[in-house]
Amino acid sequence: MISAFFDSIPAMILLTGALVGISSALLGSFLVLRGNAMLTDAISHSIVLGIILVWLLTRQVSGPVQIVGAALTGVLTVVLSELLERSKLVKMDAAIGLVFPALFALGIILISIHARDVHIDVDTVLLGEIGFVWLNTVSLFGISVPVSVASLGAVLVVNLIFVVALWKELKLATFDAGLAAALGFLPGVLHYGVLTLTSVTAVAAFDAVGAILFVAFVIVPPATAYLLTRRLLAMVLLAVALSVAACGVGYVLAVYWDVSIGGMMASITGLWFVLALLFAPGRGLVAQALRWRAERVENDCRALVAHLFTHEGTPAMAEENTLRALVDHLRWPEPHARAVILRAHDRALVERRDGLLALSGKGVAEAEAIFGRAPPAETDIRA
Amino acid sequence: MTALSEVLQGGIVQNVLLGAAMLGAISGMLGAFAVLRRQSLLGDTLSHAALPGVCLGFLVAGGRDLGSVLIGAFVTGTLAALSVMLITRRTTLKTDAALGIVLSVSFAIGIVLVTVIQGQAGSGNLGLMTFIFGQAAAILRADLWIIGGVGLAALALVLIFWKEFKIVSFDAEFARAQGLPVAAIEAGLTVMVALAIVVGLQLVGVVLMVALLIAPAAAARQWTASLGAMVTLSALIGAASGAAGALISATTRGLATGPVVVLVATGVVLVSLLVAPGRGLVWQVLSSRRARARISDGRVLATLKGLATTHRDADYPAERGMLQAALGARPPGPRLTGLERRGLIRRVAHPPETTAHWELTEAGHAEADALSGKPEGRGQEDAS
Repeated sequence: MISAFFDSIPAMILLTGALVGISSALLGSFLVLRGNAMLTDAISHSIVLGIILVWLLTRQVSGPVQIVGAALTGVLTVVLSELLERSKLVKMDAAIGLVFPALFALGIILISIHARDVHIDVDTVLLGEIGFVWLNTVSLFGISVPVSVASLGAVLVVNLIFVVALWKELKLATFDAGLAAALGFLPGVLHYGVLTLTSVTAVAAFDAVGAILFVAFVIVPPATAYLLTRRLLAMVLLAVALSVAACGVGYVLAVYWDVSIGGMMASITGLWFVLALLFAPGRGLVAQALRWRAERVENDCRALVAHLFTHEGTPAMAEENTLRALVDHLRWPEPHARAVILRAHDRALVERRDGLLALSGKGVAEAEAIFGRAPPAETDIRA
Repeated sequence: MTALSEVLQGGIVQNVLLGAAMLGAISGMLGAFAVLRRQSLLGDTLSHAALPGVCLGFLVAGGRDLGSVLIGAFVTGTLAALSVMLITRRTTLKTDAALGIVLSVSFAIGIVLVTVIQGQAGSGNLGLMTFIFGQAAAILRADLWIIGGVGLAALALVLIFWKEFKIVSFDAEFARAQGLPVAAIEAGLTVMVALAIVVGLQLVGVVLMVALLIAPAAAARQWTASLGAMVTLSALIGAASGAAGALISATTRGLATGPVVVLVATGVVLVSLLVAPGRGLVWQVLSSRRARARISDGRVLATLKGLATTHRDADYPAERGMLQAALGARPPGPRLTGLERRGLIRRVAHPPETTAHWELTEAGHAEADALSGKPEGRGQEDAS
């Protein structure tokens, strides 16, 4: 039963994707909240150099030595960028942009030079080979398990322990680094802890999704979750769920269209983000637009009441208190003017009298509230 | 050397060198503004976002056609810039998250499109990889005209809007107060960054493009504090890195141009960071050492002066150990020889002790007084 599961190719691909997604989302939530999302990009590029260097030194393709060794280059990128920034010669963004392309370029050149006998090629760096993870297996407890699944599983356990054990500290350091430092929680060390584990996860995920798609798994699901909730625990859990869902949907679509599986999974995380950006309750773009429109109609209702109140009982009343005047004098588009009149009518502020718009008793009270109970002298709103 | 000159005479290599130099110059020139406006990472996002555009260009044109590829890359790059703006303005996500989201998702879409193209039979496959890691050798003579045209257009824009770009890069608030359309100028500068990326793609590819944008500008910044000089120098460094990288990769089998160009440019940055006059790290170390030496000298003189005053003896000979106490852990040897050479102290014998002793000279007294802010004062000890 168990070995049948580990022998199933689709199950292994999905499991690998889910492991990448869960490990990344756990750490990504803190990176996104702290404003370090682009460091992930730098780290995931630089580990290419680490992977090839460790291979040249030890000839090891996988295992703890390879993962930790290669992860060191990710941490090195962060350290070098911060040192460069501290020299005051370049700003932080330029420092990041100088360090990681250099390390990445060196990695690519080393891969090209050793192209004949190295296990990775330039395509892997970009695409990953999640479709082929089942080819390379290792025997665990008598069951043959893909190497990627084994190493990603181990990394996930480490990440889980880190996040669960230091939950309170991470939360405090993320939202109030100053207080965390004052209480002796060493936010700097925690920050480096998160970045080191991000590096480790990037190396473990490298075979599956490559160097760059990894960034999507770290940043996009937590950012999507952030649009949907304001509670840290809910955000982390939601990010994990979104990752796993993206892996499932992405895999099905990739098989259907015969395209890159990793690329499709990462693209689907983008789809989730776009959906959340548009439809997040209360904060999404659609909700924002609806709220904005409602507020505009509400405000123009008040303007209408004030307009009618100003002209009521004056000689200009016949001309001013009409739909035409709203369109011609207030320059409202006609559909909008109708919507405003309708809204004011619904609120029983306005009624139709002798073919003119007129204020109801409630409308007069509203206008008096607007003008502070002092009906103004005859003024022309057009002026 | 003969091999090199033979290579240089080849028509293809001339194309490649000229193209690479032009591409490097354009990216360097426009990158200067990106670096000054702290938009380096926006450049990274836009360059990754160019990948889906490149692929769409391939799919539409049905092969490697530079014009449609550049248009595709420009369109998706601009879309990416707008998306970043939308996300940062309309949500509470931070800028770096917006950059990361747009970068990774557009790259993922690009990767999906890459596999679509690779799935199709034909030669498009080969040409595509040249846009991912750069392949200067793929530059054709016809491409040179496109590259040159884009370069001239970029140069003209920079010259026409020089004043506006300058003021917005350094003090956007002031520009707004002066009534300039800052938003439009910023949008223009961002479009220029997208243009630089699109142009540089052939040389370094989408993944490493950010380095060609940043490195020449960061290097140039170390050598000068004037915008005109910085932009010019940045363009020159970009051109040199591009040409050198193209030459190295064209003469070495199986080496993509992008990584080589990036390493050359990074080398220039390293040298600049170290030795640029006034700003470089070597200069910083030297000047801080000089400052430290000056303070130590002052302490030795002040100690000698203090001893002379306390003992009412202008020529009071002080022993090495006494001066050591003034300097803390540092051995006083080099400072004492230095001061002796400048004629501020002199070595004297103080029998019956056998160790060396030092006392202030005339000039030394004057210097010590000057350091402590007192007027001329050798006479004090004598008079009392």
